[in-house]
Amino acid sequence: MELDRDMLLYLYKTMTTIRHFEERGIPETGQRGMSGSVHSSAGQEAVPTGICAHLTNDDYIGSTHRGHGHCIAKGVDPKLMMAELFGRATGPNKGKGGSMHIADMSKGMLGTNGVVAASVPLAVGAGLTSKLQNLGRVAVAFFGDGGANQGILHECMNLASVWKLPVIFCCENNGYAESTPVEYALSTARVADRAAGYDMPGIHIDGMDVFDVFEAAGEAVRRARAGEGPSLLECRTYRYYGHTVFDNPLSYRTQEEQDYWRGRDPLKLFRERVADGGLVSIEELDRLDDEARELMEDAISFADESPLPEPLEIYDDVYVDYPVDMMRRGINLEV
Amino acid sequence: MTTAMTPTTSRELRYREAINEAIRQEMERDETVIIMGEEIAGGAGREHLGIVDAWGGPFRTTVGLIQQFGNQRVLDTPLSEAAFVGTAIGAASTGMRAVAELMFVDFVGVCMDQLLNNAAKMRYMFGGQVKVPFTMLTRIGAGFGSAAQHSESFYSIFSHIPGLKGVVPSDPYTAKGLLIAAIRDDDPVVYFEHKGLYGDLGPVPEEPYAIPLGKARTVRSGTDITLVGISRMTWVCTEAAEELAKNGVNAEVVDLLSVSPIDYDLIIDSVRRTHRLVVVDEDTPVCSLASDICARVAEEAFDYLDAPPSRVTAPHTPVPYSRPLENIYVPNAARVVGTVERLVGR
Ligand SMILES: Cc1ncc(C[n+]2csc(CCOP(=O)(O)OP(=O)(O)O)c2C)c(N)n1
Ligand SMILES: [Mg+2]
Repeated sequence: MELDRDMLLYLYKTMTTIRHFEERGIPETGQRGMSGSVHSSAGQEAVPTGICAHLTNDDYIGSTHRGHGHCIAKGVDPKLMMAELFGRATGPNKGKGGSMHIADMSKGMLGTNGVVAASVPLAVGAGLTSKLQNLGRVAVAFFGDGGANQGILHECMNLASVWKLPVIFCCENNGYAESTPVEYALSTARVADRAAGYDMPGIHIDGMDVFDVFEAAGEAVRRARAGEGPSLLECRTYRYYGHTVFDNPLSYRTQEEQDYWRGRDPLKLFRERVADGGLVSIEELDRLDDEARELMEDAISFADESPLPEPLEIYDDVYVDYPVDMMRRGINLEV
Repeated sequence: MTTAMTPTTSRELRYREAINEAIRQEMERDETVIIMGEEIAGGAGREHLGIVDAWGGPFRTTVGLIQQFGNQRVLDTPLSEAAFVGTAIGAASTGMRAVAELMFVDFVGVCMDQLLNNAAKMRYMFGGQVKVPFTMLTRIGAGFGSAAQHSESFYSIFSHIPGLKGVVPSDPYTAKGLLIAAIRDDDPVVYFEHKGLYGDLGPVPEEPYAIPLGKARTVRSGTDITLVGISRMTWVCTEAAEELAKNGVNAEVVDLLSVSPIDYDLIIDSVRRTHRLVVVDEDTPVCSLASDICARVAEEAFDYLDAPPSRVTAPHTPVPYSRPLENIYVPNAARVVGTVERLVGR
């Protein structure tokens, strides 16, 4: 597959931005006492990057608890994301949501989500809107190998197939749901096998190879936009760290396995693949790494200098229209 | 064997260890007891790599069980709450005594139908033909920067459902005794662990004991006002009571322990002596336990009251992520003290 120079640079830039966000933003969030709910997607960068490269701000994605990469690939500003992780009023969610709920409707980002597979029907709903209003938009539902076993996903795949909705079900199979290995929890050899039950294509992809992801996603997006219905993409990938910062992954997986996957690092694979293509130089990629590194420093300063929410904001946005008095009445809260 | 509401032992365990001991002892006593859930052992299916019990539970409450009882009684599940909670209910209706763990109460939406329409109603709908000795372990509590989908204290929605029972242990002693009672009970019981209590240390007798379901306990005697605490809020009440004592206000503190059935008798008896009531509840206020207890006291002890039955609860909002907002969200001793001072000053 031939990709032009701009696209190559774009793919690498997105991946290195995600990587730097995870490597830098997560420990900084921890230092500010907010590590309880942050999940690193380091190692998985190729998946959201290769998929979202086909989307515009008008298209939608639904994301997971491990969603920083989805946000960045969909165009959410890492500075604002950092502010959200630090609980600042300048975050896209005004500090109300944190890592597990980052949403930016201006970018078609329907939210990272704290309940496994819960964002899948939101993406299906976005697909329905697109179909009913003839908008030509597509929606991608991201979920993990653990999420593959939630009932809601299966109902959604059936519904989207029956209604021929412009949806892409994208499973990021990183081999584990917390500490549970996929081979224990999954009845089929592959998540992609399940597509047959819903009469849609099921494609198994090397999720460490952004070119592989890009190519398969291109066809799924084309199909969706052409009104041919949903697809299921299973991207085999790996998370480098524990489920959260608290767990030691060596309690349930081996060093050899970790080394194997680190050896297939998506950024490294990219560099190897483009090195002899001549379209972009290694120096250019190094420069993109440096820019991503600097961007994180800026994001951290921006977040630290941003205001915290005001106490009264606790009542904002529970509803569009509801008397605030009814939310605080009779509970003896000074605020 | 049921026991008094306070321990007589010098052995100390943490809350999480007390939970573990209760499950272990019940599994030893009765081989129909099984437990299932996500990560309750962890690293499932990797015995051949020497991996067993990789996690021992998301909060290590189930550690060591799989080594002792094997993977046919200690079942790690796929990430499928509707399936395994429903399956535990089905197994409980057909000869097992099943325990299932729902990692956080916020996820109950995924499996609520099984609780609401099967566990709670089967015995009634079937004209008393079945017993459902099912226990669901789950977790509550805000204050950990985990945002709106991992921080709720939704016990009231279970209290609202006829056919379900519920308990809210507040310390290691009640954690063990209430869990043993829940597992032995022939009705479905939801057991709410508070995330903020796992490390708390306290006396726990070694032998198995059951604390009766549906009974509250008095953890501090007083004469001027009754503070009812639910789960961790009990300790917010005692902290407030100590503060109040400095100003000459003598508060009684009741630890609710059961959210269904609710021990109205103990609370009303206390209010008849103190003439005032504040319920401190980490759950949201509308149609809450706090509201229910205030209503019942108003109905049954109206003539004894010197002040309106009052509530200190979370606001009617989801749990916010940002630290300063979350700090406002969770009831604290200062709010309880302020409320009591207004009521006592009347
Ligand atoms: C319905 C539900 N059940 C359980 C959890 C707790 N939980 C959070 S992430 C996770 C594992 C998810 O695994 P997977 O879908 O493979 O995503 P990954 O973490 O690997 O990215 C679990 C069990 C949850 N958030 N929601
Ligand atoms: Mg996974």
